[in-house]
Amino acid sequence: MSTVAVATSTNGSATSGQRVNWHSDEMKARRKSRYGAERRLKAYGLAAIVFALGFLAFLIGSLTLNGYKAFTQTVATVQIDVSKAGIDRDNLMDANWRDVVRDAFRAQLPDLNRRQERAFFELFTSSAPFLIRDEVIKDPARLNGPSTYVIPLADRADQLAKGEISRETPEAQRRISDEQIGMYDQLVAKGIISTPFNWGLFFNADSRFPELAGLAGAISGSFWSLLVCFAISFPIGIAAAIYLEEFAPKNRITDLIEININNLAAVPSVVFGLLGLAVFLNGFGLPRSAPLVGGLVLSLMTLPTLIIVTRVSLKSVPSSIREAALGIGASKHEMIFHHVLALAMPTIMTGAIISLARALGETAPLLLIGMNAFITSPPDGIFAASTALPSQIYMWADSPERGFVARTSAAILVLLGFLILMNAIAIFLRQRFERRW
Amino acid sequence: MTSYLFIFLAIAAILATYFGMFRARAASVPAGRARMKVHSRPIYHGLNAAIWTAVPAFIFLLVWLLFQNSIINQLVISSFPGADAMDSAARSLQMSEVRQVASGNIFRQPTPEVSAAAEHLRSLQSTSLYLMAALTLCIMAVGAFLGFKVIGPRYRARHSVETAVTVFMMFSSLMAIIITIGIVGSLVFEALNFFARVPVTEFLFGLRWEPQIAIRADQVAGQGAFGVLPVLFGTFVISAIAMIVAVPIGILSAIYLTEYAHPGFRAVVKPMLEILAGIPTVVYGFFAVLTIAPAIRDLGAGIGIAASPNSALATGLVMGVMIIPFISSLSDDAFAAVPRAMRDGSLALGATKGETIRKVLLPAALPGIIGGVLLALSRAVGETMIVVMAAGLIAKITLNPFDAVTTVTVQIVTLLIGDSEFDNPKTLAAFALGLVLFLITLALNLIALRTVRKYREKY
Repeated sequence: MSTVAVATSTNGSATSGQRVNWHSDEMKARRKSRYGAERRLKAYGLAAIVFALGFLAFLIGSLTLNGYKAFTQTVATVQIDVSKAGIDRDNLMDANWRDVVRDAFRAQLPDLNRRQERAFFELFTSSAPFLIRDEVIKDPARLNGPSTYVIPLADRADQLAKGEISRETPEAQRRISDEQIGMYDQLVAKGIISTPFNWGLFFNADSRFPELAGLAGAISGSFWSLLVCFAISFPIGIAAAIYLEEFAPKNRITDLIEININNLAAVPSVVFGLLGLAVFLNGFGLPRSAPLVGGLVLSLMTLPTLIIVTRVSLKSVPSSIREAALGIGASKHEMIFHHVLALAMPTIMTGAIISLARALGETAPLLLIGMNAFITSPPDGIFAASTALPSQIYMWADSPERGFVARTSAAILVLLGFLILMNAIAIFLRQRFERRW
Repeated sequence: MTSYLFIFLAIAAILATYFGMFRARAASVPAGRARMKVHSRPIYHGLNAAIWTAVPAFIFLLVWLLFQNSIINQLVISSFPGADAMDSAARSLQMSEVRQVASGNIFRQPTPEVSAAAEHLRSLQSTSLYLMAALTLCIMAVGAFLGFKVIGPRYRARHSVETAVTVFMMFSSLMAIIITIGIVGSLVFEALNFFARVPVTEFLFGLRWEPQIAIRADQVAGQGAFGVLPVLFGTFVISAIAMIVAVPIGILSAIYLTEYAHPGFRAVVKPMLEILAGIPTVVYGFFAVLTIAPAIRDLGAGIGIAASPNSALATGLVMGVMIIPFISSLSDDAFAAVPRAMRDGSLALGATKGETIRKVLLPAALPGIIGGVLLALSRAVGETMIVVMAAGLIAKITLNPFDAVTTVTVQIVTLLIGDSEFDNPKTLAAFALGLVLFLITLALNLIALRTVRKYREKY
């Protein structure tokens, strides 16, 4: 090797025709620096990947750390004898539930003066009377004797129980007083405090009080929106893709359609929100905040991607299948719907589920059409006002109460859970049913 | 009621398919004669009957539902005493009050006019509902009659069904054009409304963005300023920070994954990078507010710079991370498109792998990479939730990354959030901003696609 002549005019040490001594110090140094550069490039690449993945881990980790506590809720289990409270049995809705609840609380810690009593009541959720009322209305047998009720503690006591509020903080800087901490400890000593799994997070609707706020409204709003989105974009997307792939003549109109599809796929989502606001709400007068409008806007957004995915999967079906079907006398429609589409369906479904997962996480267009309203009951259809999971996250993130920080993280974990589920189904479909030709 | 109509139509279509098949089978064997040769299989007769039964009624129902609300509103408001004297703002305000009263949400005693209008509205709504149901059922009955009448051995039901399907497919593919027209149309229409109130030159070249408008007519700070430049400047500051984060990291990780990494490593790491692109942006926004922004503020305090809680740096950093997988996978494609021979040639001449990458692969893949970067930039400009949650609201022309700036998308969302009436410059300004955003992203996309395509033809 060392006898090969090299002509390098850039390097002064070796001129034309001279033999290069590869073992000279100069060449060694040069090799060293070249290999060093090689190693550095490799290290930079690895560092970039480590940074990106580290950020991902940091993101998931910090959300989990913030959010896992919201999956439990501190509650007090209290015995109340409604029959002794003098409740107006004919008008349960408007009966004096407040005094029932207050008497029950008083019984837990007797001998408090008025001021102390008020501080004590602040430990429990202020909606306790309504909770008891709803329980009794649901099960009127409770009117006849004592039974146990589970009452969530207010945000401040909940955070104390979970250690979010430290007892070491000076009293003036925390939202719960020393006196209230003392009362809380007495309740713990009596054994009525527990922290069960927070089913309310999934089955309650939104609320101004963090201890009662849940995702039921948001989840069902998202469900209805996605249903509308799927019902519109799936048939139209597949029909459009089939036409463009199998039927369309190559002319200026189809070229225009293709350019449009590619551009629409890259239009910012907020612009679709503007479209929905101007056309669906202002133009057609459809109801504001309704999952119907949300689903319509999301379907317009997913349509281009769905068309592109479907075309790719139609293209991947080999022409031998088509020719065989046509050869035994099928019409072109029969060939496509009975054979090509059936074979491409697993891939199309995979693409559809992935674009629905994208639509589930989409927030900006929903904000513009008003799906960020404060609504305290789950929607009962596509026309009722509601929120959606991502817009609920946005609303909670904006709420000033400390307790909503954990709730927001928990809501994000729920959203990510749904996304993981949908993607897992897509991956399963792909691996189980997709054909490789 | 409306949903029952839709369900009823669906059931009618299924029944029509079934009975159509039945009729077709019966018709193919006329009484007392041998089985005839038929043109179409019974299922096509059934489907044809179902299409005739349900589709015209369905289209009618959709059109009715789309237009009934605006027509009813028009009727109610024009019968309202003194409607001619009202401008559109007063009209829509009055209309929403009437609607509230009509649906039973009464907050204060309505005036007799409002009660009368609410009564009118309710009667119109119920008339509309019954009329709609009756007409839909009529159309369905006529369709079913026609659909069943044609069933016979010689009728070419398959052709009829296939034509209907083709028409549906053609309409579906026109949707892409319809959507684009809808976007451009609504943006341009509302933006023109805006420019009728605020001059175009002021919007395009103004240096102040203060979209407050007077609540009372005699308010001093009434006018508000609609100069788009500070907003655009903020958008590009945040996008630039995002690109500074994302471009080197994206390209370097693509280089490592395509050239150095073991295939097993690549198979694991690439999907994990893609997860970054799949996380909803509202999650990034919350993360930026909760974790990154305080960290940046502490950092600023550490080096003696007062950082705003909504610093452009925090927003841009998080947005950059969101874009990494985008740039990474597009660079990946660009590297993969470089012919094997060029790589081998360089290696055979004695270049190290790193030298091959820097001196051969990168220049060859550069157009593709630039295209990808432009696409990523367009995504950064149009990104909404991260900036809405983490960036500032005050438009300011500053290059200090620790300061808060605002972006086009933030302004669109804040101007339109809550109840919006289409009559004041504040609401309309959002559409003008939307038009600007649409044009910028469209231009970036077109340039990017052109760059990529040009480059592809090269090898």
